[in-house]
Order: sequence, then C-alpha cells, then structure tokens
Amino acid sequence: MIKESTLKPEDATFRETVPAGDYFLKVLKEGETCRILDLEGNQAADTLFFNADDSAERYSAVDTIREQGNVYLTADTVLRSNRNNPMLAITADTCGRHDTLGGACATESNTVRYDLEKRCMHACRDSWMLAVNEHEEFGLGKRDITHNINFFMNVPVTAEGGLTFEDGISAPGKYVELKALMNITVLISNCPQLNNPCNGYDPTPIEVLIW
Amino acid sequence: MQTPLYQYTLPGGAHWSFRMRRGTALRLTDQDGGANVGMLFYNPEEKLERYNAPDSLKGQHTFKLTRGNCLYSDMGRVFASIIEDSFGWHDTVCGNLHPRQVTEKYGEHRYQDHHNDWFLSGHTSFLTELAKYGLTERDLAANLNLFSKVATGDDGVLFFDPSAAKAGAHITLRFEMDTLVVLHTCPHPLNPADQYPKKPVHVEMLQADPVAADDYCLNFRPENGRAFENNRLYYLGR
Repeated sequence: MIKESTLKPEDATFRETVPAGDYFLKVLKEGETCRILDLEGNQAADTLFFNADDSAERYSAVDTIREQGNVYLTADTVLRSNRNNPMLAITADTCGRHDTLGGACATESNTVRYDLEKRCMHACRDSWMLAVNEHEEFGLGKRDITHNINFFMNVPVTAEGGLTFEDGISAPGKYVELKALMNITVLISNCPQLNNPCNGYDPTPIEVLIW
Repeated sequence: MQTPLYQYTLPGGAHWSFRMRRGTALRLTDQDGGANVGMLFYNPEEKLERYNAPDSLKGQHTFKLTRGNCLYSDMGRVFASIIEDSFGWHDTVCGNLHPRQVTEKYGEHRYQDHHNDWFLSGHTSFLTELAKYGLTERDLAANLNLFSKVATGDDGVLFFDPSAAKAGAHITLRFEMDTLVVLHTCPHPLNPADQYPKKPVHVEMLQADPVAADDYCLNFRPENGRAFENNRLYYLGR
C-alpha cells in the first residue's frame, strides 16, 4: 500500500548516506521516526532491529507475518519481536511491498545459490559480522544475526508455493518510514549483492533520515 | 521395511531433542492426522551453525518444503534432505504460538490442574529444550512446522489448509551432517481448531542408504549439489 509521508527532509535531526557494502548501526529512541531512502532505485536494504534495552528481544519475521496474516510488509505493518511485542510501525511507504522471507546474502549461501567460485564476494552477513565485532558495546554476536527484512526487495510467493526473485519495484527516491514503539537498535546492511536483480546488478547508496 | 534403530511415539503437545548422525534418517508419522511438528537443527560441534529457513527457501526458490528439498544451515551446508514425503507442503514461516496466545485460544490448562495434559505452547517447548544445550531465546530461529500446510492467496495473505491433514502422513529426513534436533508437537499457530489439538507423532530412527550420484535430493536443484559439496569440505576438515 502506497502511503506518503508528511515529514520534511529539511526538518530531520539526523541524515546519513550509507554506501553499498557498508553497514549502519544506530539507536532509534521510542517515538522517533526513521526513513530509509532508496536514492538511486532498485537497492535492497537488509535490516535487523533489536530492543535497545535488551538485545535478546529482536525483530522476528515469523511473528510479524503470522500476526498480520500476510507475507509482505508495507504501510500499516507492525513489526513484531520474538516475544511477539510491537517494535516498530511502518508509517509511510512509497514502494508498496518489502520482503522478509528471503533473508540476507552471505558468502556461504552465495556458494550454494550461484557458484562455489563466488565464495569471496562481499555479502550482507559479512557486513553484520563486522558490525557486531566492531561494536561490542551493543552486546550482539552471530546468534543475534537472524531472519531480517529486505526493504525495497520484491520476492513474490506463488499460489503453488514457489518463491520468485523479481526485478525491484523500487525506484529512485522511494522510501519506507518506521516509527519506533520502543528504543530500537537499527542494523542495516546496504546490500552488496552482484549476482541477482535485487540491486539491479549495480548496488547503490541509501540514505537514513531520523525525525 | 527395515527395523528402526529406535522408535518412540511422541504425544501431542510435548517436546524432545536428540542427536542424529550423518547417514541416518528420521521418519515422522502423523498417526491420526492434524499433527504439527515444530523443528530446529543445530550443529552439535558448533551450535552457532543452525537451520536457516530463509536460505533454505531462497536457495531452492520455494515457499513450501517437500520431497527433494534440502534443509540448509546458515553456513551453506545441508543438515537434512527430505527423501520421502506423503504430505506435500510443510511450513517454515509461521513460527510458534506464544504461551499467552495458547491461553487466549484454548483456555488456561496449567500443570497444577491437568498434569501432563496441560497446554504447552511451541515457544515454551523450544525454550525448555534449547536451555539443555546452553541455547537461549537468541538462538530460537525460524522453525519448521511439519504436517502444516500454509499457502498464500492474493497479495500475500496467509491461509492454513486444514484439508491437507491425513492420518498416516509421513516424512523422512536423511541427515547429511551430525545434527542436534529439537522438536515439539504443539499446535501450529494458524490451526483453526477450537480445541487444543493433541496429536501424537510416531518417530523412527533408521539407517539411511548412502547418497548415490543419482540421488533425488542431491539433483533436485543445482543449489543442492553445491551445498552437498560444502558438506564434503566440512567433513574433510574433521
């Protein structure tokens, strides 16, 4: 569902451009709103959320899709935790559909999906591995890197039970906005994947804005 | 039919865990129809390696799991292959009921009043078993829900298909790595039954035939072949 935001970029208290292949790690306070902006289009933003006050509570894909009865995320979706608590609400979305089934790319899964020779291509899970080790103060480790959201990614499920990876439905300037319902640690990998259409074969920067 | 190495009928609404060795198989039978088996896998040698639902789905371009599919770890390896399946469509995206939801849906049914006929949630069951191996809620990944068919309709709407349940439905998993198996027989969260379904599941552990070059699961998708090659590399290093 397309829903425009009324927030103005010039009023944002925080703005940062995140290049492809980098991670973004920041605490969002309860009540704050975060926008993830697809600057050049067709870019996947692989995202995890944690309760900033207790990192054992985190975004849960299965709790979120079960409780809303739908596999796609869009405006009015409530993102739920592994304790089935509301963590964030999607308050605006100009893309219309985001994936939470496909998970993040990893060097290991790249060998399976594409070729054993693709082992050493950069991947989202490696960005997260570095993030948790460069920021031990967050108390996160590999076990915390779980089933994520792929903002701007289009992964339709068919009635026959197939899963297809379609060209992105995002475009330059499309965005998704989330309001924090608790203090939230945001961990994004701006996806470096070169082997499928999720980034249009050309990973590009995203921008994160906070109000 | 070979004699099982071990067999046990797990009552409905219960939990269990055990190790399976590479080259053995686990055959599960929904005796009465309408059972659900929540299941997770961990590598007992490095428990940070665990079943990864998204990698299993996207690697095989599937939303449902059935014969031919392999169940991948987060490290690009295969824990288990589905070598037999008379059910046809198993879920791995709906998670578990939480204890509060069990009470809301089926009424309170505590141990104090009902002893082992109490109503456990899948979430409680996993937390109980995981703690036996030093694992916590941080380790509770997206699980399998065997014998539960959840399809999607228009625009991604999920629906549970009660008509898929069949007495005697069975699935056989062949283990391609030594694996810690954690499972429960608590109801699927989307099961519309108004009474808590207590459905037993017969569990048989079997010796599996060796994986031949023309193995169905190995060749079901090119991705599976590469994941088996990652298993081979792992066992070279052991």
